[in-house]
Amino acid sequence: MIETLVYYFSFPFVRYAMIVGVLIALCSSLLGVTLVLKRFSFIGDGLSHVAFGAIAIASVLNLTNEMLFVLPATVVCAVLLLRTGQNTKIKGDAAIAMISVGALACGYLLMNIFNTSSNLSGDVCSTLFGSTRVLTLSVSEVWLCVILSIAVVVTFVIFYNKIFAVTFDEDFAKAVGTNVNGYNLLIAVTIAIIIVLAMNLVGSLLISALVIFPALSAMRVFRSFLSVTICSAVLSVICAVLGILISILAGTPVGSTIVLIDILAFFAAFVVGHIKKS
Amino acid sequence: MAQLTCKNLTLGYEGDILVHDLSFEVNKGDYLCVVGENGSGKSTLMKTLLRLMNPISGTLTTGDGVTAREIGYLPQQTDIQRDFPASVWEIVLSGCQASGKFHPFYTKEEKQMARENIARMGISDFTNRCFRELSGGQQQRVLLARALCATRKILLLDEPVSGLDPKVTNEMYALIERLNKDEGITIIMVSHDVQAAVRYATHILHIGDKIFFGTKEKYLESQVGQIFAADPKTNEVEIPDTENSCMPVVSMCEACADKIEMPNAENSCNEKEDTT
Repeated sequence: MIETLVYYFSFPFVRYAMIVGVLIALCSSLLGVTLVLKRFSFIGDGLSHVAFGAIAIASVLNLTNEMLFVLPATVVCAVLLLRTGQNTKIKGDAAIAMISVGALACGYLLMNIFNTSSNLSGDVCSTLFGSTRVLTLSVSEVWLCVILSIAVVVTFVIFYNKIFAVTFDEDFAKAVGTNVNGYNLLIAVTIAIIIVLAMNLVGSLLISALVIFPALSAMRVFRSFLSVTICSAVLSVICAVLGILISILAGTPVGSTIVLIDILAFFAAFVVGHIKKS
Repeated sequence: MAQLTCKNLTLGYEGDILVHDLSFEVNKGDYLCVVGENGSGKSTLMKTLLRLMNPISGTLTTGDGVTAREIGYLPQQTDIQRDFPASVWEIVLSGCQASGKFHPFYTKEEKQMARENIARMGISDFTNRCFRELSGGQQQRVLLARALCATRKILLLDEPVSGLDPKVTNEMYALIERLNKDEGITIIMVSHDVQAAVRYATHILHIGDKIFFGTKEKYLESQVGQIFAADPKTNEVEIPDTENSCMPVVSMCEACADKIEMPNAENSCNEKEDTT
């Protein structure tokens, strides 16, 4: 088994997949805690469908670098969704559902009408489930991912205390003069970046899992924000590494394998949490 | 100069005016209770005082060494907080973000201040406990300690005793009174509990159809005050039709007090029942 792994890791694309996988797992789990607590668990899903729609538009327009279009489009939608707050006509969850389904439908329609490749369902399937894309990353994509991930982690550490304050009690934070809207914007932009990155790994349908499962698992076991955040990051990275290794050995799709491991970890955490309580 | 002066405030949302022409001022060491029916604009006033929203018209000024951001706030608890994994320490420390300048981590002084405020609220034993596992009264003390980290001058309390049992309620009132009397912190409290308001407050602001602002003594003499704050033991105000009222007269249900003046109070009475 070790030999098989060593053999596989002699290929650069396997190493790239591993690097990108670990980084994305780390980034997505960091903001996961905040999103789950702010009742935005589904934003990952919504935004990833937006990204799917954006990819469709980009491929119809024949853009050479999809990322340059997909990233800004997703960021804009994230900002719209997260800023809505309480004073909008359409409430948060409905807005997410609307944008998510709308983007998915438009994306598929565009891909279908302006069919540029011979294997449409294969294309759609790999965008949705990311089955092969993670193994076809170019060096520049890996670098982009590394840089953005570092940016996300650094941002999170610097603004950690503010993010906590804004998540726990928005009104209080606002009352004592914290720029709540600014930080919500920051969270929105960061989550959009993470989602666009994560689409390479697990595809747009499974991103939510990467965002929420580690956070939910950690919340079963730990009782303070810091320990939950750290545990969720560690757990997410472990699950991603395990998932990628298993998918290499067993030849299963990378994205769904990682998510399956995340689910198993959640049940383990659930049991541990119960034991700890009693 | 007063710490907080409101002149001719008109409050409400987009054309829906809740409070018209409201003027009052709060001086250092005052204990002001804001009372009034549900929907009379108490929370709107509170949000305006905290600069979370703007008044439709009128001015709100701070003075006497208080800036707009130096008002500590004890909010009502939200849904999010009920299952939030956070330790008492993390929450109290998050009150120390008011200093204006951005710095990513808390300083030694801020940590010291958080520790002192935790001790002041008598919750040192819970410092590392999880917030959601504490009792209602303990949670309020945690949030009060956080508010004290943000200010030493004015505290705004939004229904600080809602959902607490009578014993804890009295402890909470005693704690607030101590902060007001011993430490000279100005208190502005929004409350349903008119009995407690007239017991502890120095000033009363009653908002609703009729606005009253003045000292507690004047309030008790005023017409609106007599209806709302009549002592149940020596209650001489006739409350008709008590069998239809949603709460016993002793606890002074606001909707029942409405009944005296409003023939259509039936609805508000039922609504009240639903929410409780």
